[in-house]
Amino acid sequence: MADYNMHVLVCGGTGCKASESEQIKNNFKKYLSELGLADEVQVITTGCFGFCEKGPIVKILPDNTFYTQVTPKDVWEIVEEHIVKGRKVKHLLYKDPKNDHLIPDATGMDFYKKQIRIALRNCGFINPENVEEYIARDGYAALGTCLSEKTPEEVIQVVKDSGLRGRGGGGFPTGLKWELTRKAAGDQKYVVCNADEGDPGAFMDRSILEGDPHSVIEAMAICGYCVGADKGLVYIRAEYPLAIQRLKVAINQAKEYGLLGTDILGTGFHFDIELKYGAGAFVCGEETALIHSMEGLRGEPTVKPPFPAESGYLGKPTNVNNVETFANIPVIINKGAAWFSAIGTEKSKGTKVFALAGNINNVGLIEVPMGTTLREVIYDIGGGIKDGKEFKSVQTGGPSGGCLTKDFLDVPIDYDNLLKAGSMMGSGGMIVMDEGDCMVSIAKFYLEFTLEESCGKCTPCRIGNKRLHEILDKITSGKGTREDLDRLRILGNVIKDTSLCGLGQTSPNPVLSTLDNFMDEYLAHVDEHKCPAGQCKKLLHYSIDDEKCTGCTLCFRNCPVGAISGEKRSPHYIDQSLCIKCGVCLEKCKFGAVLIR
Amino acid sequence: MTKIKTLADLKRIRDEVQSKIKLREQGDKPDKLVQIKVSMATCGIASGAKETMTYLIDELEHQGIDAVVTQTGCMGYCFAEPTIELTIPGKEPVVYGHVGKEKALEIIEKHIKLGEMVDGIIPVSYKTIDE
Ligand SMILES: Cc1cc2nc3c(=O)[nH]c(=O)nc-3n(C[C@H](O)[C@H](O)[C@H](O)COP(=O)(O)O)c2cc1C
Ligand code: SF4
Ligand code: SF4
Repeated sequence: MADYNMHVLVCGGTGCKASESEQIKNNFKKYLSELGLADEVQVITTGCFGFCEKGPIVKILPDNTFYTQVTPKDVWEIVEEHIVKGRKVKHLLYKDPKNDHLIPDATGMDFYKKQIRIALRNCGFINPENVEEYIARDGYAALGTCLSEKTPEEVIQVVKDSGLRGRGGGGFPTGLKWELTRKAAGDQKYVVCNADEGDPGAFMDRSILEGDPHSVIEAMAICGYCVGADKGLVYIRAEYPLAIQRLKVAINQAKEYGLLGTDILGTGFHFDIELKYGAGAFVCGEETALIHSMEGLRGEPTVKPPFPAESGYLGKPTNVNNVETFANIPVIINKGAAWFSAIGTEKSKGTKVFALAGNINNVGLIEVPMGTTLREVIYDIGGGIKDGKEFKSVQTGGPSGGCLTKDFLDVPIDYDNLLKAGSMMGSGGMIVMDEGDCMVSIAKFYLEFTLEESCGKCTPCRIGNKRLHEILDKITSGKGTREDLDRLRILGNVIKDTSLCGLGQTSPNPVLSTLDNFMDEYLAHVDEHKCPAGQCKKLLHYSIDDEKCTGCTLCFRNCPVGAISGEKRSPHYIDQSLCIKCGVCLEKCKFGAVLIR
Repeated sequence: MTKIKTLADLKRIRDEVQSKIKLREQGDKPDKLVQIKVSMATCGIASGAKETMTYLIDELEHQGIDAVVTQTGCMGYCFAEPTIELTIPGKEPVVYGHVGKEKALEIIEKHIKLGEMVDGIIPVSYKTIDE
């Protein structure tokens, strides 16, 4: 058995692979075996270190040395200096951009502090179906402290001082909401957890419920104590079977341990939680629609005020918070408001969980302090754009957020900055697009979603969005005009201003933000009838190059609509009036004679 | 389970469980165990985490290796599911990505039995609130 006392970790992430990590690994192996060290030093490839700008990365264990921008030529030096003589190779060490200090030890790198897990603190760490593991991580200590040592007013003050704002999208100060519900008059009050999470591609809340259900249960009980409610309801979509099952197990365990139910921890406080299932309509995530749906009515929004805090479920004062908002609460109580508010920006405290998706290398669930820039998220944590492509746009805020360009990459993420930039925080979806994406089609895609999900109660949203979609369809078919672009903007703004609920008020955002940020692409579609990204099928034009065509008849035999004609062994021809732009000819031709533009 | 009736009770249970876990993780006793956590959120399960977990349990038992295999939530590395975290007693935990049956067997044969790391380690990119 080989007895390794040193490990060389070579990054094999897609970014680094492109820049020769394979060669680096082989060189290490070669030199090590030449020196007879192959049994003492092991070389392995790892997943992406998420630091691709400085790749390829090589890390040496056990001393945690972190080498950046290593080339195959550098390997000999690392082997000879570091591995044999125990001296670090200075010129390959990471240099702290702030003060030019060399950082020999990866644990001291700022880079690894880019993510801080507060809401996700236990996800991937504890067994979610074992309450004891939660208790071992200080679980229910916050509830215990609140019930036995603090008045509801004191707890609310802590939440207010922490600066926590709602993570469901609106960013309303959580402490203030609790205070409003507490002050509202009512014999019965409710605490509702909004676990509807309808954004396509978002799974932040689901992951918290699946990975750490007790954190939400504990926080709901704390909220109940503060606002004066003894009943909690979790509104969760039925399409989340695993989250539902874990929640059920957790609620039962909490009851068994006396952490839910009557006379919790001998303090005389009662609190119970019940699950309510949603059928998966996006609009039901809106708090008034959600409440109606729980009451068994149609899931349609109503005008606010009255806010749920005054008159919510069954007409009683109801405190609605998002899953992630709740998950932050126990930590805030345990660690204090000052600890929490030291993280983040001036007006947005703490962290935010994002579901990173799209054309990015490290698709995944991340949690970063407010104030982290989009660039850090996309390049340092997300590992950059897939296949080495060029970044084009990032869409934040779910289906009704805006699409931001590379000019916004250095914007620190928080509620106010994203709004200013023409997008929004939303619940935390983040979709990255590259040069191959057509922004007009993207806007159309999101609009299709909101159109489908509009409840139809008010005209601007129901009909306005339909018209927006028709105009976009016209443009992507090459029939749009400049007047259509003006129409998009005017109509978009009318829908924003006159819709009843947040769905309609934000649905034109993808259209308006792409008009602002990618006007040149719209112009290419309407003026030149071209799609620069080559995504709009109807704008493609297939033809055959006379010079290259050998007349092999392959395309002719494969064209599904018979649009191609020509004699054997002489150039073929595509009839544009018949062509349906399926691209089969392009795929089949062995001579590169089919042209596309 | 008898109900927890006071805050002091809760703290006592916390300390008890903590020391139990500590023992399992770093105890110097001969019965110290290899620990494997399998990320079992929806994304993990969709990529085959359940099969991986069953396989690990069966194979470890088959080979007579004493190990604790538990499920946990999303570690965040959705691009590399199924993911597992392996802790060899006295060593830092290591996360592996794309752990299908083959990779799982390789991890058992090399990392668990011989202490050699294998390809496919995912560098942990965040800190938790304990730090
Ligand atoms: C169309 C629409 C959909 C929404 N979907 C959700 C959702 O899925 N989850 C959520 O927590 N909040 C959602 N919200 C926001 C809720 O109305 C509400 O503001 C939130 O649940 C309050 O909790 P918070 O203060 O903790 O963020 C949605 C709002 C709108 C307008
Ligand atoms: S804005 Fe749209 S979703 Fe909201 S109430 Fe009106 S029609 Fe329904
Ligand atoms: S497949 Fe290519 S070479 Fe053959 S007939 Fe068609 S265009 Fe000409």
